Amino acid sequence: MFYASLSSRGDNIFSELERLQQDVQSLFCRTSPASIRSVARGAFPAINVASTSNSIAIYAFAPGVDPSTLDVSIDRGVLSIAGQCAKEVPDANGPVSVYAAERFAGSFDRKLALPEDANPSNIDARYSDGILRITLARKQKAEPKRIDIQ
Amino acid sequence: MNSKQENSVQARNNRNVWIPSVDIFEDETGITLLADLPGVPKDAVAVRIDGDTLTIEGEIRLACPEELQAEYAEVRASAFRRSFTLSSELDPGRSESVLNDGVLKLRVPKSERAQKRRIEVKVG
Repeated sequence: MFYASLSSRGDNIFSELERLQQDVQSLFCRTSPASIRSVARGAFPAINVASTSNSIAIYAFAPGVDPSTLDVSIDRGVLSIAGQCAKEVPDANGPVSVYAAERFAGSFDRKLALPEDANPSNIDARYSDGILRITLARKQKAEPKRIDIQ
Repeated sequence: MNSKQENSVQARNNRNVWIPSVDIFEDETGITLLADLPGVPKDAVAVRIDGDTLTIEGEIRLACPEELQAEYAEVRASAFRRSFTLSSELDPGRSESVLNDGVLKLRVPKSERAQKRRIEVKVG
């Protein structure tokens, strides 16, 4: 709002910077928010959350993660997904030039608040094809109970 | 200078596309490309080489029940596509690719005549 009016004036230093910023940004985020890179660099893995009436499914897009380093835990309603993504450099005799290093490497730890009716006792976590899929059941809503009066 | 030149992304009309992250390395015998393709099984990705253009495209396939409703999505597009121009000393006919745990590893060797050859200097 405020910034939009500033840049529309067109000929001052701020509009130049704004245009430069947008150009640089459009190089990295061609389609938004569909691009997997539109997530801030620190947010690996990307997470999708979906639910049915009696379960919640969380998909974490984490390719190249060593499954033995994956650590999924729940603490007081907060789901935590942590692990390590090893930097893979092909071994070759002689010098190696790197032309692109866009993939994430290193350790990650993402936390996600679960809704109140999530039932932490029945969790299934599966890692395949680079996707970590965590499913948990929702607590059944209590039926309204009729209380008899003595 | 040998290098992988521009990457161009072409999105089809009306289709949301995401761009996979890649690592590209070059050593004396060829080029190695690693692409992050989470949730993409082997039959959902195609690596094509048309002349000097290498294209990796496909889609994410998530097995999920019908009645699943999305609540929060950082990844919304399922289709991806990314192209690279290969320089002429690469030999795409001998390329190999492996897909493991959502990571595609593609190896394109350099053609024999383009590899660095040591020339012996005779003295005398």
